[in-house]
Amino acid sequence: MHDYSLIWLIPFFPLVGFIVNGLLGKKIGNEKVIGAIGTLAIAASFVVSCKMFFQLLGDVEKTHEVILFSWMSVGQLQIDWGFLLDPLSALMIMVVTGVGSLIHLYSNGYMHGEEGFYRYFAYLNLFCFSMLMLVLGNNALVMFVGWEGVGLCSYLLIGYYFEKKSAGDAAKKAFVVNRVGDFGFLIGLFTLFWALGEHGVWTFQFTKIAENAHLLPAGGVVVTVATLCFFLGATGKSAQIPLYTWLPDAMEGPTPVSALIHAATMVTAGVYMIGRMNGLFSMAPDTMMVIAIVGAATAIFAASIGLAQNDIKRVLAYSTVSQLGYMFLAMGVGAFSAGIFHLMTHAFFKACLFLGSGSVIHAMHHAYHKAHLHDDPQDMRNMGGLAKKMPITFITFFISTLAISGIPGLSGFFSKDEILWWAFSSTRGGWILWLIGFIAAGMTAFYMFRLVFMTFFGKQKTDARAKDHVHESPLVITIPLMVLGLLALVGGWVGIPAALGGANRFEHFLAPVFEHAQETYGIHSQHSLHAFEFPLMGCSIGIALVGIFLAWIMYVKNPELPGRLVARFRWLHTAIFNKWFVDELYDGLFVNATKRLGRYFWKGFDVPVIDGIVNGVGWLVQGSSRVLRFIQNGQIHSYAMTMVLGMVVIVAVYVFK
Amino acid sequence: MSEHLLSLMTFFPLLGMIVILFIPRENDGVLKGLTFVITLITFFISLPLAFDDVFKTSGGMHYTEFVKWISIGDYFQMNYNLGVDGISLWLVLLTTFIMPIAVLSTWQAVEKNTKGFMTLLLLLETAMLGAFLALDLFLFYVFWELMLIPMYFLIGIWGGKRRIYSAIKFFIYTAVGSLLMLVAIIFVYYYALKSGQPFEQGFSISHFYQLNIPAAYQTWLFLAFAFSFAIKVPMFPVHTWLPDAHTDAPTAGSVILAAIMLKMGTYGYVRFAMPLFPDALHQFTPFLATLAVIGIIYGALVAMVQEDVKRLVAYSSVSHLGFVMLGVFALNIQGMSGGMIQMINHGISTGALFLIVGFIYERRHTRLITDFGGLAKQMPVFTTIFMIAMLSSIGLPGTNGFVGEFLIMVGAFEGELRWFTIVAASGVIFAAVYMLWMFQRVMFGELKNPANQKLKDLSVREVVLMLPLLLFIFWIGVYPNTFFEKMNPALDQLINQIKGKQQVAVVETINPVQHKID
Repeated sequence: MHDYSLIWLIPFFPLVGFIVNGLLGKKIGNEKVIGAIGTLAIAASFVVSCKMFFQLLGDVEKTHEVILFSWMSVGQLQIDWGFLLDPLSALMIMVVTGVGSLIHLYSNGYMHGEEGFYRYFAYLNLFCFSMLMLVLGNNALVMFVGWEGVGLCSYLLIGYYFEKKSAGDAAKKAFVVNRVGDFGFLIGLFTLFWALGEHGVWTFQFTKIAENAHLLPAGGVVVTVATLCFFLGATGKSAQIPLYTWLPDAMEGPTPVSALIHAATMVTAGVYMIGRMNGLFSMAPDTMMVIAIVGAATAIFAASIGLAQNDIKRVLAYSTVSQLGYMFLAMGVGAFSAGIFHLMTHAFFKACLFLGSGSVIHAMHHAYHKAHLHDDPQDMRNMGGLAKKMPITFITFFISTLAISGIPGLSGFFSKDEILWWAFSSTRGGWILWLIGFIAAGMTAFYMFRLVFMTFFGKQKTDARAKDHVHESPLVITIPLMVLGLLALVGGWVGIPAALGGANRFEHFLAPVFEHAQETYGIHSQHSLHAFEFPLMGCSIGIALVGIFLAWIMYVKNPELPGRLVARFRWLHTAIFNKWFVDELYDGLFVNATKRLGRYFWKGFDVPVIDGIVNGVGWLVQGSSRVLRFIQNGQIHSYAMTMVLGMVVIVAVYVFK
Repeated sequence: MSEHLLSLMTFFPLLGMIVILFIPRENDGVLKGLTFVITLITFFISLPLAFDDVFKTSGGMHYTEFVKWISIGDYFQMNYNLGVDGISLWLVLLTTFIMPIAVLSTWQAVEKNTKGFMTLLLLLETAMLGAFLALDLFLFYVFWELMLIPMYFLIGIWGGKRRIYSAIKFFIYTAVGSLLMLVAIIFVYYYALKSGQPFEQGFSISHFYQLNIPAAYQTWLFLAFAFSFAIKVPMFPVHTWLPDAHTDAPTAGSVILAAIMLKMGTYGYVRFAMPLFPDALHQFTPFLATLAVIGIIYGALVAMVQEDVKRLVAYSSVSHLGFVMLGVFALNIQGMSGGMIQMINHGISTGALFLIVGFIYERRHTRLITDFGGLAKQMPVFTTIFMIAMLSSIGLPGTNGFVGEFLIMVGAFEGELRWFTIVAASGVIFAAVYMLWMFQRVMFGELKNPANQKLKDLSVREVVLMLPLLLFIFWIGVYPNTFFEKMNPALDQLINQIKGKQQVAVVETINPVQHKID
């Protein structure tokens, strides 16, 4: 018999790690011990996750729920602390704990010598706990605990260097923007709760929602509104238009945090959530269309900004936003499994890219420190030629770049191509969606190779005094890079499509979660278009190569060319470089307007109007009491008693005479 | 003993106060210590209530006490009548729980005339407990007025710069409301006698509940009660006494004011205004819900631009209490439970926040946000506790605030309040804005101000008095059923009672027409 009752251990270990390091970390003081506690906590969950994963693989029954105890029990509303293990959540816990363990290990080296070392590991563990609650929750409320929990950890870790104002600002922005999304999530929950309640089903439980979703009219207002609200939540957490602006700023956090939270795991929560409620979303074609459009638009929009950034982490940040756009495009056209597939491969190659950039930044920082310089260690214009100095970092980074660019054989190729294919051929897709994704793919290849060329190729542009201090990072940093690089290389092989002679095990594995909705609501790739599959694949390989070639021309062959182009198209460059001025727009429209409104209410209404009336009454009373001074003895309680008794006597006499 | 438990609990602080009166005023430490012990004993006296399972099964009144008190001829009678049900249970326990913490907070904060301060605190506790436990409307009114006086002096004598203004403002607001309520109380009594209830029952609310007051009367009576309680809650637009009272009150006063006395207003709605006048309630629900929602947004927006931390927390109370009222007006079990638990939550989180503000005020004698910045580096323990209280206040899941807000909104989303809820839900965004922004400016950034560079982290006493609050922040966040299971039977009963009478009223308005046809 298969037993899943110990599933609670998976989030439990990081929680313990958080409590131990959070409460005692300062007393322990020893970095090795603190790091070991944090890393072992998540590694232990990885071990349990593996056991659960393989157990599920060999199990006929694919959906298991484990209830711990009741959380809220109020009338028809019954919510438990419960977990759900099915192929989707099993896959997610593998990604979260697997990539999480590697990043914890990496952090031991990267954060070495930081003042708040214990705080860092405590938060990182708390993050893993929240993320695991998010993916394992068997109802929307437990998911929401994780959902806001990861937001909190993101806030804490972005603001890790809290003495820097920019870090504090970025942290707050991330939290508040996410709250806007959470507002949507909550309204979605309420709508769903009462809509199903009208049919006698009072639940937030995912399995029950899926079972009873058919009670609601497909394509109806209720389903559309609820799913749109959920999607608003997803745009916040997963940095999609219009709520993506917090993610690039989130790069203020330490780089391993960017890798774990802002690339591999947390930001994919929105995609996961749609996957989790795929039945409901499939019922709302209008919502699905909105998701596909937003996803495609974000993919190309963020990629365009990525073209012109000089900060190595910012390029990767916009790249993440763009890749998340692909995932939403997939969810929107009903290619749920493809979206999750890309989620996984992206976790591998993007974590590797971020950690690689961290390795570079670490080396640059170290070199500048030795040379007593204060140059920006993240500016790619100060880099170049690092391939020889940092071979392991370079090779792993290069593999991941090939993967994200969609070079055949690597993980990103299979997942991205499946998304593009579905965007084109799905009953919920269209050629325009494909075209946008296709162009964005070319831009991806361009900006990624631009980054690689500027950082690793050509002459080393680092200040001469710091140049020779640049070294490869220690093993504790390079081992995670090598593992992730390998995964970026081979991680896609589980999902080789039938067209290429593969078995697409990945899709089969997730089929129990997605197949039902896809069959019920007629979502599939259209047979009449199958002739296009190979030509389209060729196109996407072609545009990737074009992107790489252009980057090579501009950043290796003719390094002066970008400068000339910028001079020629000054306005375009300004717009792109300044992120299309969206932050400024939001500041003007929302942030400042809200502050002004608050100030108006306070100084323009509370004080003059309401208090004006109250004080007026006060003056009146004082004025008249001057006349009645003879009964005034200055004791307010005697006034009160006199008033009370007087009222009683008057009314009593009047009433009962 | 158990048949007089409530009286013992209510009057124990008063007895203690009499003892305090005999202690010479120079013995500062003894006075504080003894007051702490008295409030602690009161808490232990009340504790058996928390473990009594009778509340799980029965929504009625328990531990009732009844003594004839004042009679005038054969037409006026008021009785000493106490009792506790699932609704007042947790508010009573909140009171006895908060009081020792409030007393502990005075250790260094109160320096002048300790004796007077302690006397008033104990008198206040008796008054508050009495008001929560009274089952006779007149007795309630006596306790209600009795609360006003100690608080007036606490603000007026031990307060901040504008203490006289704030105290008088507090007094005028509350007194005006109370007088209207008194007239309404007497009118209800008169009506009860008219409709044949024996006068020996006095102002017993359980008998008043059974009256069928005509809708036209209900409107005016309800408005009188609602106005009085709205001031106490406080609801927009009669909230402006609160920021002043809080800003000038000493820390212990603010804690008690926020944690307990504001609940007197919301409790007043649940216990008196709503069940006594169900038809008027029905009529005014959209209006009051509008005010509640305005309060949520307005309070949050004004909180955002405050320059004084304490005033910010005060305005946040306006916002939070708006949520409570919204939940209560939903008139279903989720909304009501959410509202009730949010009353407790607000007591805990906002109480904690006022204590926190008190800590830095005692150290720096300023509360202006611009005077701070970068404290996180200097005071890590303080930072952690502050952050937990803040997260609870903005309703992070896993803390108590989430459970309350969530249930309120689930409840209010049913039926006619749906659009109100959507607007109210945007309040959770603003809550994050004003709290995080303040927190960032006070705690994060560089520690530039030299006056802040020598700040000491929290003392053991300060941590100890915060720990119970932190415990409940997580307890209610993770396992609120402890509270719901004893609260819900009483709420169910109340809701059925109110809704039942509303339906009777509907039937009665139809029937007369039929009579005419006959």
